[in-house]
Amino acid sequence: MIWQLDLLILVFVIICALAAINIKDLLSAVIILGAYSFLMCLLWAEMGAVDVAFTEASVAAAVSTILFVGAVLKTTRRSKD
Amino acid sequence: MLEFIISKYNFWLYVILMMIGLYAMLAKRNLVKKLIGMNIFQTAIILFYVSIGVKKGSVHVPIIVDSHGHGAQLIHAADYLNPLPHVLMLTAIVVSIATTGVALAVLILIYRRYQTLNEDEIIHIRQARQKAGV
Repeated sequence: MIWQLDLLILVFVIICALAAINIKDLLSAVIILGAYSFLMCLLWAEMGAVDVAFTEASVAAAVSTILFVGAVLKTTRRSKD
Repeated sequence: MLEFIISKYNFWLYVILMMIGLYAMLAKRNLVKKLIGMNIFQTAIILFYVSIGVKKGSVHVPIIVDSHGHGAQLIHAADYLNPLPHVLMLTAIVVSIATTGVALAVLILIYRRYQTLNEDEIIHIRQARQKAGV
């Protein structure tokens, strides 16, 4: 575990989380959540948990983002907060 | 005190991430935003558990060399990562995708019924419909 890399990716993850919460357009928020999941996958590979990184990349980053985008397209993109 | 905070910096950042998710679940009015907050909260907890298994100076997963033949060496547990939290958290990730899918299905049903995803407007429409006796 390299602590400089760990800290850098963690800061990026927190920035992505804040952006996903504060953005008004729901489709953008969902895509930023996908980027958040990929950064999380990077964090796990760096921690040595390669199996968790694989699962995160395939399940959480890909399938979850597709489900979210489908639901947003079926409902509405606009959000007041 | 400052040294204490810096030496455990990753735990503090996980707690910040967890609080971001909690804030989104409590304070945001849009239901999709609440779901995003729930996802962030879950990943923060999973991150905490995986980071428990990491040891300083050990980057290998446990692989037994020469396990079938002679000359098997003793394995020192201190040299390897602890793989138990990884396996437990794999289950947590799969469960989280299942809950997300069910929640999105419920969201689509709510939108069909009320034509909005804003929590305040949904409560307002519900009360108006109950008064009208529908």
